[in-house]
Amino acid sequence: MLIFRHQDGTKVASPEQIQEWMRQTMEWIDGISAKNKFVVGVGLPFEDARVVHHNKMVTNGPFGDIKETIGGYIVVRAESVDEAVEFAKGSPVLQGEGNTVEVRRVARGDGVH
Amino acid sequence: MGRNELIPHLFRTEYSRIVAVLCRALGLENIAVAEDIASETFLSALESWPYKGVPANPTGWLHVVARHKALNYLKRSRTFTNGVAPAIAAGRSVEDPIEIDLSDANITDSQLRMLFALCHPSIPDSAQVALALRILCGFGIDEIASAFLTSRDTVNKRLFRAREKLRTANLTLEFPPREEIPKRLDTVLTTLYLLFSEGYYSETDDAVIREDLCLEAMRLTHLLAGRENTASPDVYALLALMCFQSSRFAARKGTDGRMILYQDQDTSRWNQELIARGAEYLHKASHGEVSRYHLEAAIAYWHTVSENTPEKWEAILRLYDRLLLTADSPVIALNRLYALSKVYGKTIAIAEAEKLNLKDNRYYAALLGELYTDMDNARAMRWFQHALSLTQTQAEIQILSDRIGALKSS
Repeated sequence: MLIFRHQDGTKVASPEQIQEWMRQTMEWIDGISAKNKFVVGVGLPFEDARVVHHNKMVTNGPFGDIKETIGGYIVVRAESVDEAVEFAKGSPVLQGEGNTVEVRRVARGDGVH
Repeated sequence: MGRNELIPHLFRTEYSRIVAVLCRALGLENIAVAEDIASETFLSALESWPYKGVPANPTGWLHVVARHKALNYLKRSRTFTNGVAPAIAAGRSVEDPIEIDLSDANITDSQLRMLFALCHPSIPDSAQVALALRILCGFGIDEIASAFLTSRDTVNKRLFRAREKLRTANLTLEFPPREEIPKRLDTVLTTLYLLFSEGYYSETDDAVIREDLCLEAMRLTHLLAGRENTASPDVYALLALMCFQSSRFAARKGTDGRMILYQDQDTSRWNQELIARGAEYLHKASHGEVSRYHLEAAIAYWHTVSENTPEKWEAILRLYDRLLLTADSPVIALNRLYALSKVYGKTIAIAEAEKLNLKDNRYYAALLGELYTDMDNARAMRWFQHALSLTQTQAEIQILSDRIGALKSS
């Protein structure tokens, strides 16, 4: 699983810029799909986000002090962590300074992974 | 079209359409809300389309989401109002659903109203152009800064002041009353003319932005021409001017981004379809009073004639003479001098140029360089070098260096 961490882009991006991100993201995912390695992906809208705290208090996002938070993720079918990392390196999310893509293995429940 | 191909500039186009309609529904004072909703709509698309594919009707998808977000916003702001002022909430009007009509007809109508509101005489020219680029053309701050060769900060300040004006002037998105339209139309046309010129003569080296600016100015002028109460002869004349000028876009763009000057262009690359459309519009413009747009369109028409006949340059010179009477500007005066040299020769043009004495104008210096070439090459060289010291744009530096190089090798 590749998890994108980045800022809420609403205030900084022009329509043309968002369209460019869209184009790059689609190209990136198409590239992974072409190798038959793409499983699923979703974006996680910042709008209407809530944070539930340990005392059950509910606040609106943003999410504490960090500016970068989870903006979405995709699941890829990779033979190894290294292969998944190679996919992650192509993500357009990384063009933004401070943005990251976190690579995590999805637990299979077979007692091995 | 494949599953994942996007219509070029889809978001930019839809931005201006969505913002215009939302402002009409929410009121011009909520312009910032409308802009945010439009941006959020595109981010929603960004969170969905790459994974699920571009929907069959992308525009429809965006409109549904934008409408949904706008209604949500209204619900939230009403909840707030209800809490703060229950008395007001008791009024029936608060419960009335607001109509958000994203039909083509209402989009066009809303954009025209927006055009008149942004081009209100109380808002300064430069702010009108920046606002029009932002609100009516969907350009981002970076794109506007690049078109004006200025910083993001300057653009932001300009837009901030313009928005303040919009707010304090208490403008609404109503069409001006019929009897006021001709006067208000003057300001609108000035802005569209500036928008087009900004693109056509822009100092930016980014050819794409230049052309986009011109196309947007043409699109908005076209909207005016399509409506009975705004389709004045001046509107058609301006549209004709724009068509004639933009017919040379392909021809003036050399390989490696170099700019090709008029006299060096391959005339077979001039866009004949645009020239024909310009002629049609100029014909439609030919009644009533002759405005500066008529004169400039006529000059632009003669420039689309590729043969360098004496009639061509005589006609252009006569038109510049008339234009100088309506609008006295150094640019017009310098262009007239070029025409003068074509009709009466360089010696006479040089004598007239020296009367102008615009030494620190780089176009003046470049024109004198051009006029002195083959007459007095040493002087031509000095003028070109002077022009070079006054210019900063890559395209002009290239052209002037080429001229100097040619003089050196002659």
